[in-house]
Amino acid sequence: MKFIVFILLWAIVGSANALELGASEIPDTLEQRVKPCIICHGDEDRAGRDAYYPRIAGKPAGYLFNQLRNFRDGRRYYQAMAILLENMSDDYLLEIAHYFSSLKYPYPQPTANTLSPDETQAVETLIHSGDPDRDIPACSACHGKALTGTKPFIPSLLGLPHAYLAAQFGGWRNGGIMRGQTPDCMSEIAKKMTQKEVNALAMWLPTQPVTGEPAEMEELTPELMQRCHTILSGEGFIQ
Amino acid sequence: MKLSNKFKFTGRRQTIIFAASLLLPLSVVAANQFPAPDAEQVKRGEYLSRAANCMGCHTTRGGEPYAGGRTLKTPFGEFVTPNITPDNETGIGRWSGEDFWQALHFGKGRDGSYLYPVFPYTEYTKVTREDADAIFAYLRSLKPVAQTNPPHKINPPYDNQFLLFLWRTWYFKEGVHEPDNSKSEEWNRGNYLVQGLGHCNACHTPRNVWGATQDSKLAGGEIMGTYWYAPSLISPLEAGVGEWSIDEIVKLLSTGINKHAVTSGPMATVVRQSLQYLSPEDIRAMAVYLQSIGEKRSRNEALKKIPPMPERVSKYLALGKPVYEKHCQGCHGESGEGVPGIYPPLAGNRNVTMTSPHNTIRSVLYGGFPPVTAGNPRPYGMPPFQHIIRDNEIAWVVSYIRNTWGNLGSLVSPEEVDSSRGNEF
Repeated sequence: MKFIVFILLWAIVGSANALELGASEIPDTLEQRVKPCIICHGDEDRAGRDAYYPRIAGKPAGYLFNQLRNFRDGRRYYQAMAILLENMSDDYLLEIAHYFSSLKYPYPQPTANTLSPDETQAVETLIHSGDPDRDIPACSACHGKALTGTKPFIPSLLGLPHAYLAAQFGGWRNGGIMRGQTPDCMSEIAKKMTQKEVNALAMWLPTQPVTGEPAEMEELTPELMQRCHTILSGEGFIQ
Repeated sequence: MKLSNKFKFTGRRQTIIFAASLLLPLSVVAANQFPAPDAEQVKRGEYLSRAANCMGCHTTRGGEPYAGGRTLKTPFGEFVTPNITPDNETGIGRWSGEDFWQALHFGKGRDGSYLYPVFPYTEYTKVTREDADAIFAYLRSLKPVAQTNPPHKINPPYDNQFLLFLWRTWYFKEGVHEPDNSKSEEWNRGNYLVQGLGHCNACHTPRNVWGATQDSKLAGGEIMGTYWYAPSLISPLEAGVGEWSIDEIVKLLSTGINKHAVTSGPMATVVRQSLQYLSPEDIRAMAVYLQSIGEKRSRNEALKKIPPMPERVSKYLALGKPVYEKHCQGCHGESGEGVPGIYPPLAGNRNVTMTSPHNTIRSVLYGGFPPVTAGNPRPYGMPPFQHIIRDNEIAWVVSYIRNTWGNLGSLVSPEEVDSSRGNEF
């Protein structure tokens, strides 16, 4: 009998403890800490009421680190991000960048190519050879032969939806909500392209499946390293 | 320009020499305009400029520290903070210790013009000469940054120096902090830090139509040019800490968060830029002073008897419940209890219930992370909801949390949510 009472008491005390723990059991993880980010940047790209929220999972850590600091320090402008990051330290932003970079979510299915063969041909030339006459480098020269980015500062061009690509090009060409690091080589390059080329690129890139590993920094030519040094500097970045 | 400066310089030199012949013991300090850099003094100056948070205004977002250029919006115009690095052309490279003292203590520019009180000399006047000299020595030790900032855009007629003269006559009382001998040394140090260097008054006091802080009582007020309300540091209904323990006050000031509250908005920035760097002794002194000025009534005593709620009010509040359960409960708990030191409680949270609902609305609209400090290096954050839920839902949920779990506050309308929008970014 005593034993049964003891067991009952133990069960009651145990469940009471469990209830108490339930209230304060907040996981001591980075995932829990950065939950505010997930409301917009989930496992897929999302169109919001005021802006477009790209997925940030799996993007290169150095790139994310630079963008987080740009938002905080006013070099890239978006009000919601500026307010959220106002009082964050470099150390914490670096940890957050590595966290999102390490997430692996499946990429969206490639879309069907609706460009004409001529348009497709023109885009592919731009991607792989650029246009030396207009000083436009090949996309693949920086973003890697597979176009899946160059670690750790240059993002992939694949697995991104048309709306995001179009918005980024619009921002680089016209300023507005997106100001990159100044002087930003993408801004300078995007301004050299025609609107038609930009549209075709934003249509073509989502038609490509995401295959192949990101390239390594050593593969960049010294000329492009110089041209895009602000993006590639990442002071304070630790792998 | 150069000539007149040179002339003024000589003139002042002569005055000083004349004064020195009368006041021999003082001459050593006064005539020594550029004392040899004293490492100890520079270090002290660095600490004091943290306490005074000079960097807070004299740095733009992501800009060179102390090079100025930040725009401060007021009803009287837009003021651009000057470059206070020791650059000869664009900064304070040609300033003497006396020039600096004139600005900090008397609110006068190097050219003798009156400075606008957007520079808080109304508070800095309480700073001692020794501390001012140390801050100046520190600023002179910085790397000169050549940065020309845009001019102020002052709305007429406020650009008139005579009006400023009248304003000063009326509202500015010059004078270094006088210790109150009936109080402890610690209390006096806290008073000096809160009312002088820390210039808490610049935000935590109501300003009149002429932009003058009403008194030094820290009774709370809207912060000019922002959409934030700086709560009273006296009232138990706002942020008065008369009933808190010293340790709790110290924790909030130095780490940005304690079991009762979290700093947000401009206060979070003050903790990050300034308060977290203060010595334990100084933070404690501030806590002692703040505790002493807080009213010794608990919040419950201060609340009048709660009247029964009319039915239509209960109906309005009921609209907020599902919004709370969907978006807030996960972190702030079923009974608004929060998680101490991680997610602030909403039940009994005075930031939630105080007369002005703006801060709470802004927290819901914009979310945020508590400041990163040595004591809280990896804070947990709150998401922004401005683009997730609509203004009427925000009004419902804020009304709900202001009037549930024993909380009592006015109801919030979607119009009030809309008028809390806007920011200085």
